[in-house]
Amino acid sequence: MTDSQPNRIAVASGKGGTGKTLVSTHLAHTLSQSKDCVLVDLDVEEPNAHLFYEQANPTFEMPVFKQIPDWQSNICTRCGQCAEICAYHAVVQLGEMIMVLDELCHSCYACSELCPVEALPMKNHEIGSLSSLQHENLTIFTGKLRLGEEQAVPLIKKSIALSNQEIKDQTYIIYDSPPGTSCPVVAAVGNANLVLLITEPTPFGLNDLKIAIETMRQMDKPLAVILNRDGIGNDEVEQYCDVNNIPLIAKIPYNEDIARNYAQGKLSNEVPQMADAMKAVEEYIQKIQFHHA
Amino acid sequence: MKIAFTSTGKDLEAQIDPRFGRTAFFVLLDTETTELEVIDNSAIQEEAHGAGTATAQLLFKLKPDVLITGNGPGETAAKVLKKSAIRIFVEAHQMSLRDALKHFENGDLREV
Repeated sequence: MTDSQPNRIAVASGKGGTGKTLVSTHLAHTLSQSKDCVLVDLDVEEPNAHLFYEQANPTFEMPVFKQIPDWQSNICTRCGQCAEICAYHAVVQLGEMIMVLDELCHSCYACSELCPVEALPMKNHEIGSLSSLQHENLTIFTGKLRLGEEQAVPLIKKSIALSNQEIKDQTYIIYDSPPGTSCPVVAAVGNANLVLLITEPTPFGLNDLKIAIETMRQMDKPLAVILNRDGIGNDEVEQYCDVNNIPLIAKIPYNEDIARNYAQGKLSNEVPQMADAMKAVEEYIQKIQFHHA
Repeated sequence: MKIAFTSTGKDLEAQIDPRFGRTAFFVLLDTETTELEVIDNSAIQEEAHGAGTATAQLLFKLKPDVLITGNGPGETAAKVLKKSAIRIFVEAHQMSLRDALKHFENGDLREV
């Protein structure tokens, strides 16, 4: 915390539905009591962090694009190099026709650059939107993928880049990540210098936590675990963290008030068990030394 | 008529491969001459992305009149195949190619 750079905290989990958004929104609320805080909802296929801030002021909404090739049939010589080179088979040659599958394109530009007659200039393709809300010290960015789009990664990257422009020194940035361990998660946590892995005390929770830890270690990310719905299931997650020296920094008990508030889009910072858990997380964050790339 | 089967093997006794994009083989049957042609598609297993459109592109080149398969092509592959005149018949799961052909001739396979 001696650095003047922002501290970037990704909230992730192997398993879906373990409480990423619960922790992200409550932690953002807690941290924003004393400092500027930015919450970036990168779960772009179903963003929901903004639902807890309906009273906040919308500041902007903008479309987000990715680049895709735009086939010019009048220039094309049908040499087929574009279809040959496309690693994602997003460009196919069908006799006299070149077909671009927009949703499969990874915007790598290979077809466009290699085309000998420049018959594949790149064009904008709208994949979703990025919007922003302001509530006191807290800025919330929401990336939202358009229905039918298959790729979350370009939107996640754009959301991170655009939210970066709003960030001052000494700010906390919280990335609410999508679930799992695939490309969208790697993109969402890539910028973070601390990853909080949320899990639940069940066999599923433990199994998916192990996979998430393995992924974060490969990415060289410092991590800590938060146990949600503590009191259900068994103590295998705690044992696992203990044996493997993984910091388990807070437990949020299974609690009907928290669940009821959550279902109504309300924060539970007033509920003592949640307040205690968030205090523990805040203390941990203040204590550790963030490493900046 | 030229019929393409998604196949796990190289002759009419082989089982239909229920997958389209990642089918191991295409077996092409010329119903006039009863000649078989086998196209090995197993390299597709190495592809992480876009197996469906890659296989659809291959099938487009083979120009069969009819495709007989199991699950049927996915949405993206179907988009590619729509550009061709190939008629697609599905739900030939767990049949040998010979059985699937019989079902097709009796009109028992669903066209998509």
